[in-house]
Amino acid sequence: MVSIDVWNASVDFPIFDAKSRSLKKLALGKVGGKIGSEGRVPIIEALHDINVSLKDGDRVGLVGHNGAGKSTLLRLLAGIYEPTRGSSRIVGKVAPVFDLGVGMDPEISGYENIMIRGLFLGMNRREMEKRVDDIAEFTELGDYLSMPLRTYSTGMRVRLALGVVTSIDPEILLLDEGIGAVDAAFLEKARNRLHDLVKRSGILVFASHSDEFLLELCDSAIWMDEGRMKAHGGLREVLTSYKGRDPFENLSPEMLERIGQSKVLSGNGGE
Amino acid sequence: MEPPVVSFLVQPTSTVERPEAPPEANSRTFARAIADVREGWQNRELWGHLGWQDIKQRYRRSVIGPLWITISMGTTALALGLLYSQLFNQEINTFLPYITAGFVVWNFLVGCVTEGTDVFIANEGLIKHLPAPISVHVLRLVWRQVLFFAHNLVVYAVVVAIFFGDLNQPYQMQDDPVTHPGLSWAILLAIPAFALLAVNAVWVALLFGIISTRFRDIPPVIHSFINLIFFMTPIVWHTGILHKVGADGDWRMLIAELNPLYHFLEIVRAPMLGHQQSWHHWAVVGGFTVLGWALALLAMRNYRARVSYWV
Repeated sequence: MVSIDVWNASVDFPIFDAKSRSLKKLALGKVGGKIGSEGRVPIIEALHDINVSLKDGDRVGLVGHNGAGKSTLLRLLAGIYEPTRGSSRIVGKVAPVFDLGVGMDPEISGYENIMIRGLFLGMNRREMEKRVDDIAEFTELGDYLSMPLRTYSTGMRVRLALGVVTSIDPEILLLDEGIGAVDAAFLEKARNRLHDLVKRSGILVFASHSDEFLLELCDSAIWMDEGRMKAHGGLREVLTSYKGRDPFENLSPEMLERIGQSKVLSGNGGE
Repeated sequence: MEPPVVSFLVQPTSTVERPEAPPEANSRTFARAIADVREGWQNRELWGHLGWQDIKQRYRRSVIGPLWITISMGTTALALGLLYSQLFNQEINTFLPYITAGFVVWNFLVGCVTEGTDVFIANEGLIKHLPAPISVHVLRLVWRQVLFFAHNLVVYAVVVAIFFGDLNQPYQMQDDPVTHPGLSWAILLAIPAFALLAVNAVWVALLFGIISTRFRDIPPVIHSFINLIFFMTPIVWHTGILHKVGADGDWRMLIAELNPLYHFLEIVRAPMLGHQQSWHHWAVVGGFTVLGWALALLAMRNYRARVSYWV
């Protein structure tokens, strides 16, 4: 049984190489976590008092401004950061997809990158060998897979990374924004695979600025603001108060049908 | 006052079935530190693959490939052997194998120590993006060094094959009062000795890696001292010379013995050359193994979870 529990957790970063004087000015800024400087070493208080309890079947979207703590929260939930105060317990195999480039080596071939990336995401070699053909077919890269990754265009790299990521069987899937630099036809294909992936995974936490993706993949949401959870609840309610408008009102009927949200507030004009 | 968290909808995930919070943060326990090492070991497939990849990647697009490791070791050992055999007036037949074996083992030791200080800093991207036991990065490093060692061993094998006639019988190094028994089945002792070295390499990289991640002055300090230690360690010279320099060779011997790297080197090198073996080297290395692992586990207990904050 997969679950993530976080109790009163805070994440504070010590900044060893910063001059505390110049940071005082920064502390007045609005972007980013609060910067404390009580001790000798300045500290960025990236998250405070986080209380989250997720279990099998949860599909959570993360929203908030830049520097609100979305990525840090994802890393807390992945177990990469253990809380500096409070505690956390993560049960299950975590597959974090924060940066499609990490663990990709430009000098080695696409096939080898598939293997390494898969191993990093918690698969073993035998499991990955079974998936290679499937990934090759999905990415449409053909003979390019035996070429070094540096010969790939940006879009081709994203295809490869998405192909690997969507082929694994994660128990806890953590997605950070940034899956979008692909052409439209491919995205349509990736969308289906992403849906399948989300269905296979036990828990999904997805940080994104794209309403469309959030509405498709998530059913609840957490609104992060200045390192705190400002709101936690149903996706529609949280998005409405975050954006100041109902995100559902501009959606096409097909889209609403696909995401299973039939409740339309007023007659809408499609696209 | 902080604004309270607004909750719009009571999710089934909310407070009701929630387990009790543990009384305090549980990240600073020996159990977690040991679990980290154990899980790291279980990820053999990952670090094994990465270690190979590191080697293959370094020589990608070169025609000779990883053979370069062997070639560069061969030329260095040959050049040093010729130079110092002349400087110290040594017989090349026994001195070249001595320098080669010493240099091959030294390369492993020094690789583990210097790269160990950088192990977490160099893997910043991976540490921040993937939840893995931190020992995975250390094991990858040690495995890579083991593979380098295996490549360098070819040079040793060639040199020993060439001078086998001289090493196969009891022999003396020039200026050395000790008569060495010559190569025998005792050479197999080099295998457990090297395994012990690898076990030590893991704690060295863990401990130095954690300290260096927090205090970035440590890697340059280690890098600048390691060359000095190379000359302090009997690699291009042997301890027999110390007795010859003056009648009272004892204090010089004491200084050589105080260098821990000498003992680590000697347990592997002595069987490789059919040298007279002394069990006190094993005792010293055993002591360092226990002490080092204790320190490393203590550092792991207190600072394992901080590494991802510090990198």
